[in-house]
Amino acid sequence: MEAPILSVRQLTVDFSTDAGNFRAVDGLTFDIPRGKTVALVGESGSGKSVTAQAILQILSKKARIANGSLLFNDPSNGGSIDIAALPAESDAMHALRGGRIAMIFQEPMTSLSPLHTIGDQISEALMIHADVDQATANQRTMDVLNRVGFPDPKRALRTYPFELSGGLRQRAMIAMALITRPALLIADEPTTALDVTTQAQILDLIKELQVETGMSVLLITHDLGVVANVADEVVVMYRGRIMEAGSREEIFRNAQHPYLQALMRAVPRFAMAENERLTPIREVKSASLASVDAPERVQPAGPILKVERLTKSFTLRSGWFSGKTREIRAVSEVDLSLPAGRTLGLVGESGCGKTTVSKMIMRAITPNSGKVLFDDGTGPKDVHKLEGEALTTYRRSVQFIFQDPFSSLNPRMTVYELLTEPLRIHDIGTSDERYERVKHLLEMVGLDQRALRRYPHSFSGGQRQRLGIARALALEPRVLLCDEPVSALDVSVQAQVLNLLKDLQAALGLSYLFVSHNLAVVDYIADTIAVMCRGYIVEEAPKSSLFRNPVHPYTQALLAAVPDPDIDRPLDFAKLRAGGFSQPSAWPEPFRIEPGEFGVMKEIEPGHKVRLGRLTAREAA
Amino acid sequence: MIRFLLRRTVTMAVTLLIISALVFFIIKLPPGDFLTNQIAELRAQGESASIAKAEFLIRQYGLDKPAWQQYLVWLGVMPGPNGFSGLLQGDWGWSFEYDKPVVDVVGDAVWLTLLVNFAVVIFIHLVAIPIAIYSATRQYSIGDYIATFIGYIGLATPSFLLALILLYYMNRWFGISIGGLYDPQYAGEPWSWPKVQSLLSHLVVPTVVIGLGGTAAMIRRMRANLLDELGKQYYVTAKAKGLGPTKALLKYPFRMSLNPFIADIGNLLPQLVSGSVLVSLVLSLPTVGPILLSALKSQDQFLAGFILMFVAVLTVVGMLVSDLLLAWLDPRIRMGGAR
Repeated sequence: MEAPILSVRQLTVDFSTDAGNFRAVDGLTFDIPRGKTVALVGESGSGKSVTAQAILQILSKKARIANGSLLFNDPSNGGSIDIAALPAESDAMHALRGGRIAMIFQEPMTSLSPLHTIGDQISEALMIHADVDQATANQRTMDVLNRVGFPDPKRALRTYPFELSGGLRQRAMIAMALITRPALLIADEPTTALDVTTQAQILDLIKELQVETGMSVLLITHDLGVVANVADEVVVMYRGRIMEAGSREEIFRNAQHPYLQALMRAVPRFAMAENERLTPIREVKSASLASVDAPERVQPAGPILKVERLTKSFTLRSGWFSGKTREIRAVSEVDLSLPAGRTLGLVGESGCGKTTVSKMIMRAITPNSGKVLFDDGTGPKDVHKLEGEALTTYRRSVQFIFQDPFSSLNPRMTVYELLTEPLRIHDIGTSDERYERVKHLLEMVGLDQRALRRYPHSFSGGQRQRLGIARALALEPRVLLCDEPVSALDVSVQAQVLNLLKDLQAALGLSYLFVSHNLAVVDYIADTIAVMCRGYIVEEAPKSSLFRNPVHPYTQALLAAVPDPDIDRPLDFAKLRAGGFSQPSAWPEPFRIEPGEFGVMKEIEPGHKVRLGRLTAREAA
Repeated sequence: MIRFLLRRTVTMAVTLLIISALVFFIIKLPPGDFLTNQIAELRAQGESASIAKAEFLIRQYGLDKPAWQQYLVWLGVMPGPNGFSGLLQGDWGWSFEYDKPVVDVVGDAVWLTLLVNFAVVIFIHLVAIPIAIYSATRQYSIGDYIATFIGYIGLATPSFLLALILLYYMNRWFGISIGGLYDPQYAGEPWSWPKVQSLLSHLVVPTVVIGLGGTAAMIRRMRANLLDELGKQYYVTAKAKGLGPTKALLKYPFRMSLNPFIADIGNLLPQLVSGSVLVSLVLSLPTVGPILLSALKSQDQFLAGFILMFVAVLTVVGMLVSDLLLAWLDPRIRMGGAR
């Protein structure tokens, strides 16, 4: 058997912190075979990124390789080097870094310098490692940009990262890594920040390039769906140690370690049975939820929340020096209806307008036209016409759960202050009553009341999100707008929060508008799903019929692009290669919508509606 | 681009107009003016000849008119006793205290002020940037602590005290005359090579003294900015490409951290003119700072008004320059809004 590209033996990385030594990676041993993809899987904090940084010796100053070896066998010259023994800033290490071992990162926005052109940053990588002049480097850069799928490589040389979409930025990163033809590519969560359709395209590209160049790939990810689709071998890490390692087949067909089994059960899948429950790795018990009764309230006759022909345009200035403005229509005649006690899932890729819709429902921004109707049992009222007392009541009835549990809690307020703030704003209860209420809220979300005097930074991401939920519940709302509430969380924690939301709904009779880009998550929690693209609702259906019979090409693409952690249901890369799913003018007839038009929704089976272009609309009429 | 410049020019003109009104009325705010004060003084001494001259000047400059008329005349949009003759026509008025046209009073001082302050700005950047880079890349090292300590001393030392000490030792060690920007024998002489040499050797003390506080502040801010940028992902990317540490640092995080300082150029210029008054007094520098101070004290309104307007123009032009530089250096600003 030929020698692996990289043999990691007993790798140990220590961080020196104020609280003493912290061992982030503890005796890690695995091989990366030539031309294969090894996936390093684990939750955040499991040490997988630290391992990657150790291989390139770009660890932060507080970390050091305490023990072990990283034997790199370069296939181009047959030489063998122990990376762990090289000084981090030696010439040999500089030559390896970027030259023989290249790396791409999670955030394509922040990994590229906004002040330098793509061409500058990519050709720089080549010029560090090869003795070429700028003209040759530019030519090679154009070649590699062309290879990774840039439509106009020559122009791309002079573009800046912020002019590109997330997918193109990540392609530029890949071009930068591959221009030196490295033997090993380390991809640290390369698709986590991308939309599903883009993710599928990037994974496909990495696979293709791997076949072409014969390089090995170390893929770091927390997404078992991605692993099932691209990895040859899998290493599962937990707290710096390997829990289980083996081929993809072994891992997915016959997971041995309880941790891996638990991880698998925590991921929402499409094939889940109705009423099947996710099993979080660490179950959180809510002491009082079972005994809570929903407050007695008049139920509305129709939907509790209804959105009618909501439209919103934004005006953009197209440049600093020019006075020209552009109009962008972010939301186009959106109709939604949320029945009381149910969950409506709103799915779409980034920039499709789903957050704008939820903000208009909150009355945080004003629509250009259309209505938001709220019915608390006294008949539907237009939210944007509410004033005075009625508006205050509305604000109490509709609460928001934010995406980022880190920035949505004021770091200078204690949990007690955070949770009582809504009560203080609305002047509810005496301080004793508030205290009781907050204690109760904490119990509901499964936190200890000792948390009251602590500050948000001392909680983990999942705990913070539960604090955010508790805060949203403080005013006994009827509707919760959840804007990507789990997308910043690990899979294990994600399951916890999703289950909590489900339990709260059952106990309190809440209605949710659940906004997410993750179809599997929406499938798990929602009753009805609306798919949104470029400001249009393109398809809306009860979840069973949406997944059984997706009609709109965009919905089909979206469904096809979600990597399932099931190796019997691989991604259909060939189908996704075409692209253009999110261009209304590129959709096939009868779905095609010309710029400036709205199209019409047509009901194809009970509750299942799909948007058609204008031509067909006329025929239908 | 041309549209942008036009728009900016119009806003600049409006801004300057508003500033000129504010400046004038603030100068006129205390009761009386230079000449009435002088007349009262002369009357007390019984000098009737000078009184007549002062009263002539009052009429000549329209100081007996209401303040708003005086303002319009000063601006040059209303005919005064000499027809249209104000700032817009390039007539900057008469300094009563020096009994000379304002131009003659401030003429040389303006250029020397610009020279001193230019030297100070260069000094600040040359000293502060390397130290800031050193202490940011070696955060919490001994060198960082020493740089920080020296920085705090620089911030805390009263500059006039330092000025006196430095003057004394420069004189003792190098025989450089105390005070001024050149040796006394060159005063009033035409410019010659020895005079320039004398000027340069006299520049050292004011540059160090005026610059020290700014240097210390800049080290602290630059260090903080750089530390922010050093944690950014694109710096890791640059290192992962195989760039050496120095090159990676200068090309990426350092350039990013410069933005706030470029944005500061607009503030820097006027601040240096008016901020160094104390030091200029102590060092008896022939710069506009001390002149402004005495003009304000004696209500020499045209002189004070001119200097304040000069600072205002510096500010506005500085802002424009920094905006243009920012746009040139940062593509995000140049193509802003296109995200």
